[in-house]
Amino acid sequence: MNFMPKLNRELLAKSQSLIALLIMVIAMSMLSDTFLTPDNGWNILRQISVNLCLSIGMTLIILSGGIDLSVGAILALAGAVAAGVLRNGIALPWLDTLIQFTLAGAIVAGVLVGLALGWFNGFVITRFRLPPFVATLGMFSIARGLTMLWTGGFPITGLGASFGYIGTGVMLGVPMPVWIGAALVAIFVVLTLKTRFGRYLYAVGGNERAARLTGLKVDNIKIWVYTLGGGLAAVAGLLVTARLDSAQPNAGLGYELDSIAAVVIGGTSLSGGRGSIMGTVLGCLIIGVLNNGLFLLNVSPFWQQVIKGLVILAAVAIDKLNSKENQD
Amino acid sequence: MSGDAEVLLEASNVSKSFPGVRALDKVSLTLRRGRLTALLGENGAGKSTLMNIISGVFKQDEGEIKLAGETVSFNNTREAQAAGIAMIYQELNLVSNLSVAENIFLGREPLNPLGFIDRKKMHCETEKLLQILDLDVSPATPLNHLRVGQQQVVEIAKALSCDARVLIMDEPTSAITEHEIDVLFGIIDKLKAQGVAIAYITHKLEELTRIGDDAVVMRDGKLIGAAPLKDLSRDEIITMMVGREMAITRKRSDKVFQRSILSVANLALRHHQRNEEFVLKDIDMNVQQGEVLGIFGLMGAGRTELLECLFGLHPKLCSAQYKIDGKLVAIRSPAKAIENGLALAPEDRKKEGLVLGMSVSDNTSLACLSKYQRFGFIDRPAEAKLVNETIARFKVKTPSPRQQIRNLSGGNQQKVILGKWLATKPRVLLLDEPTRGIDINAKAEIYALIQELGEAGLSVILVSSELPEILAMSDRIMVMCEGRKTAEIARADANEENIMKAALPQGVTH
Repeated sequence: MNFMPKLNRELLAKSQSLIALLIMVIAMSMLSDTFLTPDNGWNILRQISVNLCLSIGMTLIILSGGIDLSVGAILALAGAVAAGVLRNGIALPWLDTLIQFTLAGAIVAGVLVGLALGWFNGFVITRFRLPPFVATLGMFSIARGLTMLWTGGFPITGLGASFGYIGTGVMLGVPMPVWIGAALVAIFVVLTLKTRFGRYLYAVGGNERAARLTGLKVDNIKIWVYTLGGGLAAVAGLLVTARLDSAQPNAGLGYELDSIAAVVIGGTSLSGGRGSIMGTVLGCLIIGVLNNGLFLLNVSPFWQQVIKGLVILAAVAIDKLNSKENQD
Repeated sequence: MSGDAEVLLEASNVSKSFPGVRALDKVSLTLRRGRLTALLGENGAGKSTLMNIISGVFKQDEGEIKLAGETVSFNNTREAQAAGIAMIYQELNLVSNLSVAENIFLGREPLNPLGFIDRKKMHCETEKLLQILDLDVSPATPLNHLRVGQQQVVEIAKALSCDARVLIMDEPTSAITEHEIDVLFGIIDKLKAQGVAIAYITHKLEELTRIGDDAVVMRDGKLIGAAPLKDLSRDEIITMMVGREMAITRKRSDKVFQRSILSVANLALRHHQRNEEFVLKDIDMNVQQGEVLGIFGLMGAGRTELLECLFGLHPKLCSAQYKIDGKLVAIRSPAKAIENGLALAPEDRKKEGLVLGMSVSDNTSLACLSKYQRFGFIDRPAEAKLVNETIARFKVKTPSPRQQIRNLSGGNQQKVILGKWLATKPRVLLLDEPTRGIDINAKAEIYALIQELGEAGLSVILVSSELPEILAMSDRIMVMCEGRKTAEIARADANEENIMKAALPQGVTH
């Protein structure tokens, strides 16, 4: 008797982002003729894939009880490095040689840059006990500066069709960025739900001290989390660069905020330990549908920003109400 | 009692219950003008609860408090302060980055006609107060530039600034130096001369010969006795503090232990801020296979810190030689401690023992997840088997293994913690107040479990501030006081009196 309403409430709380998404899809399709078409569907999925890559990493980081403000900057640097080495190689004047990169080599170089900067975030946070907010704010500036140094402030263009395929190609009727996003979602859903690392992630975010007293190597776990976050930002950087056929020095400006928004809208708690990758996928979809729908409805971009902000506030407010109920 | 001094505060038949505990049971207390009444009793006797009621932190369930003949009832500490009752807590209640004057007038800042803080007036009045108390610092000094003893004087100044007629002090000498104690006692004499009634919670009986007038002894939430101090001997007080019936029966046979599992030599722990001070010093101990070693000490004796050291939580501040099975090992992190067969069930279950947002199942398997893996994934069936076995073995009452652990009762949470550790197959189990705040049935189950584990060859180090628990469960008892080991007593020779004697600080004035 008493059990049923509680169960329903929990179910409702868990599926609130799904319900919100459905409502939005229904509303948009009634308001616009072009919204509910296959083309527009793929369009939305392709548009959100970059944010999805960032947000998967951000979900891991927020689940562990942290935050990462540097992912947009890492995205830019990783994209620029991949584009730069692909186009120009690396000159080693003192050896009088020039290292040329294959496509695969350039991609690896870009991802390695992301992993390295992410690792550095984790190292600084755990070794010097800096708050993640501050540590990654520093990295934000460092990576932005390095991007300018590397590119000289100019876009790197002319990267070739095979690189562009990552961003614009279509395989089996599905755009490449969507394949990549879907694959990453699958990998990280399994990682968070089926492995020891995933379990530890929730434990560290839920109660760091208890996790430590249970023998978990909290610092190692955190370093891994930030490293993965950096790597995923680099993948996002490759997608952006490939799609535009150009590495822009200002790529990814403000993207960290979009990804935090997607994570939060997806029901992941900013205090850590609670949330999921699938929630974040929904969060990305909600933001994607919102952007796309408002664009189709010719809503001014300024209003789009205002509406997006309101959605974020509503999502977090609902989440807070729910968590208060849970704590009784 | 000495009837000559005027009664200032009278509490009669005050009772207070918290969920599961009757913290105070019809306790009466009289505080007289210009006299210091010492409140004595073990931890958990109800002294602090009584003081918290008088100072407006809690409301009593029953009973009446009269201040200068009038019945009073406070909703908060501010109302109590306004009526002239001030309390100085063991953990000082000051804001360390504000100045002395700002702290004293926090929330009651004098304002000038424009509505801004009247700094001049504030500093001027602070100076007057500090002068009375012989504290030679500027009112503008940030509080964190002062030593703990000086900060305490600032607390007293704060109390005086609200014209306190009743001053309550909770173990004021536990964290300050001998010289500072002398200064404090001088201040207390002055306050008494001014007619302030003082209630003074302490474990240091020696102090009372110097400053005390009356004594009130409490035990298990009840008033045991009240008398002028000159009519009581130290031994009488100790008997009043501990003398009670044994609630737990001893079941274990007297075994002979021969194999040392864990031995510790020269353990010392430095203070995390004041590096020249030691929180723990010169501690040697050992635990035999299958033995339950009880560690008793009063608040601040360093029991919890000792367990934390053993479990590798103070790698930088703690030095010691650990031997496990006769082999020298270094324990510099909890992970290393667990590798060496140690397990710790911490005192604060919610903050340190459990991840409250995770399920019963996830909490149970968290410590030994590495053993339950297949191809890099968690082996769910094996994990479920472990969890179900744990729930069955310890009779954990939960609707399902997937229930969030925050919804379980304290006793069931503790059982999950024990189950979590036993799954790692430890050799030494460290238990810090394992029965604090849990109901009687769960307590009995945990006692039975400890005995069973000991008989199965597991060594247990049991830290507790409950004497009957220590006496009933331990094969050997180690007593600590102020960071030192003061006694080691075989179970046959142990009784409440000799343990309590070793646990009480031997003051310099003795």
